[in-house]
Amino acid sequence: MANPSDHGKENKREQMKKNEVPQDESPISKHGSNELVYAVDENGKMTAVQSKGWKPKSDIQYQNLEHLNQLAEEAKQLVLQGKYSPVVYYMEVHKMDWQTLAAYLNKWTFLVKRHQKPSVFKRLSEKTLQKYAAVFEISVDDLKNFKG
Amino acid sequence: MQASFQHTQTAHCENGAIVNLLQNNGFSISEPMAFGLGSGLFFVYLPFIKVNHAPAISYRPLPGMIFNRLAKHLGIKIKRRKFSNPQKAQRALDENLKQNIATGLLVGVYHLPYFPDEYRFHFNAHNIVVFGKENNRYLISDPVLDYTVSLTEAELEKVRYAKGALAPNGHMYQLVHLPEQFDWSPAIRKAIKKTCRDMLAPVPIVGVRGMRMVAKAIVKWHKKLGAVKANHNLANMIRMQEEIGTGGGGFRFIYAAFLQEAGEYLKNDTLVQLSSEMVAIGDKWRDFALEAARVVKKRSNTENVYQVLSDQLMDIADLEEAFFKKLKKAV
Repeated sequence: MANPSDHGKENKREQMKKNEVPQDESPISKHGSNELVYAVDENGKMTAVQSKGWKPKSDIQYQNLEHLNQLAEEAKQLVLQGKYSPVVYYMEVHKMDWQTLAAYLNKWTFLVKRHQKPSVFKRLSEKTLQKYAAVFEISVDDLKNFKG
Repeated sequence: MQASFQHTQTAHCENGAIVNLLQNNGFSISEPMAFGLGSGLFFVYLPFIKVNHAPAISYRPLPGMIFNRLAKHLGIKIKRRKFSNPQKAQRALDENLKQNIATGLLVGVYHLPYFPDEYRFHFNAHNIVVFGKENNRYLISDPVLDYTVSLTEAELEKVRYAKGALAPNGHMYQLVHLPEQFDWSPAIRKAIKKTCRDMLAPVPIVGVRGMRMVAKAIVKWHKKLGAVKANHNLANMIRMQEEIGTGGGGFRFIYAAFLQEAGEYLKNDTLVQLSSEMVAIGDKWRDFALEAARVVKKRSNTENVYQVLSDQLMDIADLEEAFFKKLKKAV
C-alpha cells in the first residue's frame, strides 16, 4: 500500500464489534485451537470472544518463518561451500542468534562465534561437539559430516 | 486437584496464570481485572537489546510484574522460587503437586511441543500452570489455549531450563496466602495511577515517549538499514504486538474491558466513557499492524510507506498521551 490517501479511509472503521472479530485461518487454528480477544458486544460492553485468527497477524508469522527458513537455506549453501562450519546452519535452523546459542552451550558468545570458522570447528573437542549435538538435537556424526 | 482443576482460556499468558491460580483457590477474577490491577499495560523500546536480530520492543512489564503488583494491591502472598539444579526444580514441583498445589511456571516457548511452528521462537517469559501429574506426564493449563495439555518430565525440564534472554531457571510460583476480604476500590485506583505513571513516564524509551522513539526509528531503519532489515524489524515489532504478548491492540481492548469493570464497580462514569475511548485507540493499533503487515508482505518500499507508518504510530502516541492524562484525573 503505497498510496497514503486511502490510508485515511482505513482509519474510519468503527470500533471492533463482537460479531466483527476476525475469524481467519491462522497457524493456531490449523493447530486446532483459537485465541481469546476482547470486543464490544451489542450493548456496548466489552466481552471476551474466541477468534480463529487474524490474517495480517498470520501473514507476518508466515513471512517471519519464511525469512528464517531462507536464512537457514543461505547458511546451508555457505556451509556446503566450506565458508562456515555446520554450527551456523544448525543455529539458523533452531532460530537462534549467537547469544542464545552461547547461553545454551554455557559459553561466552565470542568463543561460540569463533566456531563458525571451519578451521576452528575442525579442532573442536569431542566434548564440545557433543554439547552442540545435544543442543541441536542431532548426533555428533551428523554435525561433523554435514550433508545439508 | 486433577479432577477439579478448572481451566480458563485468556488472551494473555500472565493474566491467565493469575486467573487460573486464583480461581482454583476459590477466588474468581476476570482477566481484564487481573490485567488492570497488575498494571499490565506498558511500553518500552530497547534499541540496544536485540531479539531475533531486531531491536527489542515490549508491550508489557517484566515477567511476573503483573502478578506481583496485583498481589501487592490485594494483599495476596505469592511464593516464587528458582533452582540452579533441574532435579531440585522437578522435586519441588512434584511435592507441590502431591499436596494439590497448582503451580505457575515461567517457561521458554521454543521447546513447547504443543505450539505450532510459527509461535515457537526463543521467548522465555511464557506462563503456564501445572495442576497435576499422571503416568509421569505433567498436566498443563496453558492459558492461551482453550484446552489443557500435558508434557513429559523431559519436555517440561527443557522448557523450564530454556536459555538466553530472561532464562527462567526453573522459576515456579504459587499462592501462599489469600486474605479473607479484598479492598477493591483503593486497589483499582492505585493500579490505574501506576499505569498512567508508566505510560507518561519522563523517560525517552518508556510509554508514549518510547512509542514516539520507535515511530522515528521506523523511518531511520529504512534509510540506514535498507528495506529488508527495516521490514524484519517491523515484522518483529508486530509479532511482539500481536502474538503471544498480544501487545498493541489486544492489550488496549483488555484494558478497556478493565476500565469498564472498574468504572461500574466504583460507579465512576468517566472510567466507563474512557473505556470506549481506549477501544478506539486499540483499533488504531490494529490499523497500524494491518498497515505494517502490508508493508512487510508486499515489500512496496517507497520511503513514503515508512513515513505513513511512522505518522500512524505518532498519532497513537499523541492519543494515548491525552488519554492517560485524562485517566489520571479520573481516579
